[in-house]
Amino acid sequence: MEIRVDNLAVARGGVPLLEALSLHLTAGQALILRGPNGSGKTTLLRTLAGLQPPLAGSVDLPPDAIAYAAHADGLKATLSVRENLAFWAAIYGGGDVEGAMARMNLRDLADRAALNLSAGQKRRLGLARLLVTGRPVWMLDEPTVSLDAASVALFADVVRAHLAAGGLALIATHIDLGLPEAQMLDLTPFKARAPAPGQGDGFDEAFL
Amino acid sequence: MIALLTRDLRLAIRAGGGFGLGLAFFLILAVLVPLGVGPEPAVLAAIAPGVLWVGALLACLLSLDRIFALDWEDGSLDLLATAPIPLEGVVSIKALAHWITTGLPLVLAAPLLGVLLNLPGEAFGWLVLSLLLGTPALSVIGTFGAALTVGLKRGGLLLSLLVLPLYIPTLVFGAEVVTRGAAGLPVQTALLLLAGITAGSVAILPFASAAVIRINLR
Repeated sequence: MEIRVDNLAVARGGVPLLEALSLHLTAGQALILRGPNGSGKTTLLRTLAGLQPPLAGSVDLPPDAIAYAAHADGLKATLSVRENLAFWAAIYGGGDVEGAMARMNLRDLADRAALNLSAGQKRRLGLARLLVTGRPVWMLDEPTVSLDAASVALFADVVRAHLAAGGLALIATHIDLGLPEAQMLDLTPFKARAPAPGQGDGFDEAFL
Repeated sequence: MIALLTRDLRLAIRAGGGFGLGLAFFLILAVLVPLGVGPEPAVLAAIAPGVLWVGALLACLLSLDRIFALDWEDGSLDLLATAPIPLEGVVSIKALAHWITTGLPLVLAAPLLGVLLNLPGEAFGWLVLSLLLGTPALSVIGTFGAALTVGLKRGGLLLSLLVLPLYIPTLVFGAEVVTRGAAGLPVQTALLLLAGITAGSVAILPFASAAVIRINLR
């Protein structure tokens, strides 16, 4: 199980953000992506998750390996915590819903509708979704937003257990997660140079 | 796949899910038409097939923008696109869920509303059959329209403008089946064309919808 990214360039809304980015991760490793707002952390994760094509370069990933967690948690407000998790578990082929709730400290909230959860509780539910996917590669976009200190520590433990079980994680974040073993990657040096005017296929991009 | 269908159906019947909205609209429309055109039985009988089909079409349109917009807003569309089920399957299931919550109730309620509009007795069977064959096409074409406008603010209006012209063949042949059935004429040609449109849309449009969603998610 490994991720190999070679000479990758990504763009958002037709504007190149990152270029010449290469990285290599093997089982048990975590990579923390850093960089100022707008530096391309989200775009990089979306490209690696296959939601958008890269501008250039290659991404080498095992098929069906990724669990992607975006800024939005993808929760349905009128479904309960258990129903939300059970849905994603069924989509990914049956994960352990009760176990995931226990590990993210959600058991007391199991039958509460997601619309009555606090922001931090919703986030914990969103992260519990990763556990039921059973996927080895986690791509997390600012996973700790609105989590309190105790929940951040809980989350760090979950990530550590995932790595120990042979998983991988790419995490875009601004805060210290308490994962000293994780590698850091600052995206600033990979910032794309401004393209010369008239370059690129902006015409096609306008329609896509 | 089944999990997605049960989730969508469950969401539809929970608070704010919009289940029955299209049906209520259909009901009100069928009540308003006799009030507007007067209680003349001959006039009502003549316009009943067209009114019922236009009503079914507009009722279907009412709930189309919810198919993908809600999943887009809460981020689950991104997560579904990265999930291990093909996006073509996702859009087909979404269309099926829309048909079960909107199209099927219309089919079942139509005979009752036919009475209100003084539809001739021999046309009731054809009305139900034509709606049963035609409404899946309305859901599938509508899902394609919803996929085109996903992510657009106030996309509902644009959605109507895109989808209504595509509904024309279904409307023409659907209403034709009922009109001919009411007059005791053979309905086979119109019925086959109606079924053909539905079969064609169900076979082709999920691929187009999935492609459009992939582009919209970039």
